[in-house]
Amino acid sequence: MSAQTNSQASIQTSDKPLGRDQLAELVARDIAPGSFVNLGIGQPTLVSNYLKPEQNITLHTENGMLGMGPEAVGDDIDGDLINAGKIPVTELPGASYFHHADSFAIMRGGHLDICVLGAFQVSATGDLANWHTGAPDAIPAVGGAMDLATGAKDVFVMMTLLTRDGASKIVDACTYPLTGVGCVTRVYTDKAVFLTGPDGVTVRETFGCTFEELQELVPVPLKSAAAVAL
Amino acid sequence: MLTFVDTVADAVAGIKDGSTVMIGGFGNAGQPFELIDALMDCGAKDLTVVNNNAGQGDQGLALLIKEGRVKKMICSFPRQSDSWHFDAKFHAGEIELELVPQGNLAERIRAAGAGIGGFFTPTGYGTMLAEGKETRIIDGRGQVFETPILADVALIKALKADGVGNLVYRKTARNFGPIMAAAAKHTVVQVSEIVPTGGLDPENVVTPGIYVNSIVKVA
Repeated sequence: MSAQTNSQASIQTSDKPLGRDQLAELVARDIAPGSFVNLGIGQPTLVSNYLKPEQNITLHTENGMLGMGPEAVGDDIDGDLINAGKIPVTELPGASYFHHADSFAIMRGGHLDICVLGAFQVSATGDLANWHTGAPDAIPAVGGAMDLATGAKDVFVMMTLLTRDGASKIVDACTYPLTGVGCVTRVYTDKAVFLTGPDGVTVRETFGCTFEELQELVPVPLKSAAAVAL
Repeated sequence: MLTFVDTVADAVAGIKDGSTVMIGGFGNAGQPFELIDALMDCGAKDLTVVNNNAGQGDQGLALLIKEGRVKKMICSFPRQSDSWHFDAKFHAGEIELELVPQGNLAERIRAAGAGIGGFFTPTGYGTMLAEGKETRIIDGRGQVFETPILADVALIKALKADGVGNLVYRKTARNFGPIMAAAAKHTVVQVSEIVPTGGLDPENVVTPGIYVNSIVKVA
């Protein structure tokens, strides 16, 4: 990523939108050393590829493990050792196993520093919708999403900013069924990083667009981190 | 009272029509396939089944659902890429679904085993899964009242049992086993190995034998 220097107040840090792996790398870099982290199924799982050993991050999986290692391959595949997505994984030195109520007490008791989740929509005040489209024929499946959303100290969302139809997934109020109320603290998208909370939405940085161009795409009032800093 | 039985058929004999049956496992890890097959063979129907999922592929719980034995599923994540038997029954209106956030599922099971009449939790507050439930603001956070889930029978899988029913598990196959063992009136365990009493380090016992009623060794 190349920083733009055409304006002191510019928060554009990349000439182009970020790809999925670049976004995962950015999220990984933003996770504080020593954190206990849960990565959701799908795109958030990519973050684990970019965590550095010196960050000393411990990964939690909802089905009863801390100290989860990378995906298992070959002879390491063991049906008794899987992650939340039911994919075979490995254990790292210092790993621990526990039953489901303890695993969710780790989430619900506020012990996880960060969870990273995908989303359909995030509202201006940090409401999250990520478990159900609400379509009449859809079979609802919630898993641990609501527990993670309400329990982790910080909830990071990773998603594309726009739907395939070009609609912003950052919205004034979610139209999909909610996962949690006011729980999202950051949203990482291909076009920008947003900080969400009771005071509205602040843009930390943009990728491949200016703050003004971003505001054209998003139907809620945005603040620029540069302006906030000034 | 603890009994060691020779066959999985003996282990599930006595499960009646209309029972609530907890089945351990998260996906296929920890799922007691042999006990589920025996439950199929014993013919019990109109079952309410408590499991995290609603069966995968063409085995275990998925087949029980396919054969129409399950009247209601209490679970957190029924929809998977290979949950076609549940999907078909659900779309045909032939199975009832109580969808529960996974942490609420685990804690409601734990509460049942611990004699707790219910609890308030922020999970699900403000969502459609809290509709119709009692809520309170506690310490400034909206919270939802959740009730325990008791079962007539639990079918679980462990790695080893000793002569008094103490259990140890293996890796993430532990999942719901310990809490389901405590939440059912009658707990049936399939194990890979039975060791003599004294053969498990008491410091490492995960489920004490007091929760266990019936043990069968499965090859």
